[in-house]
Amino acid sequence: MPIQLHRIDDRLVHGQVVVGWGQPLDIRFLILVDDAVASSDWEKDLYRMAVPPEMEIHFFDVATAIREHARFAADPRPGILLTGDIDSMQRLVTGVTAIGSVNLGGIHHRAGRSQFRRYVYLTPDEEAALHRLEGSGIEVTAQDVPAARAVPLSEMLAEKETR
Amino acid sequence: MSDAAPAGAAGRAIVVGHGGFAEGLISAVAQISGMGDRLIGLSNTGMTPADIESAIRSHLTAAGARVIFTDLPSGSATIAARRVMRDAPGVVLVSGVNLATLLDFVFTSCPTPTEAARAAADRGRASLIVVEPT
Repeated sequence: MPIQLHRIDDRLVHGQVVVGWGQPLDIRFLILVDDAVASSDWEKDLYRMAVPPEMEIHFFDVATAIREHARFAADPRPGILLTGDIDSMQRLVTGVTAIGSVNLGGIHHRAGRSQFRRYVYLTPDEEAALHRLEGSGIEVTAQDVPAARAVPLSEMLAEKETR
Repeated sequence: MSDAAPAGAAGRAIVVGHGGFAEGLISAVAQISGMGDRLIGLSNTGMTPADIESAIRSHLTAAGARVIFTDLPSGSATIAARRVMRDAPGVVLVSGVNLATLLDFVFTSCPTPTEAARAAADRGRASLIVVEPT
């Protein structure tokens, strides 16, 4: 079974991931791809404690995740791969051609970002990065929880332009 | 003149959760006990992890609180609270909070925040029951 979701979410492991997606998809493992987290035992312990016992969590920097992706993609159990930012996902996708879609799950407000969804705010550079991601053949959609509709990137960006 | 009850030895506490969770629980505590002022609510809605952490720090300082209640062990509020605790000695975290937990806390006679938090967690855990069909 392929990895169910390649998700960009600045909260990384949190309720929507573990419960919102985790329960209906019966997620058995998380792959957290973040250079900073992967280099910090304290950060890894922090996220380990947030994961229920029936769910594994693995930590990689982007370079290692590129090498390890095929092994997890071949795992028969359902899993979710998380990055905390667009840049990490962009680098991952560049090195893993098997990734066909990317989920925008949470990119929250900060200075310089504009709102596109309640849970998606982007700078112009981040918009451009997502356009490039889509241009490389990746399906990019915004969807915070499974019960919500997956909104295509082009639709999400167009709605902002008409506001 | 305020008619708010003075905080006990355990002091005040912060309640952090998804959506209107904290506000709703505190409203219920106030309705039942009249002591909702011992709790400060915070929603994580729309906030980055750094925002949540910053808001918890601000509320702890402003209220002199030593106890943080969060809704979900795997939630972003819990993760932010654990980051705060790293450099805030004496702060206690209880995750999985429910109404019985908070009611116990606002009525506590425990002498320290840690003891009050433990007792409140025990009460909250014990309050979960299943009444099966007969």
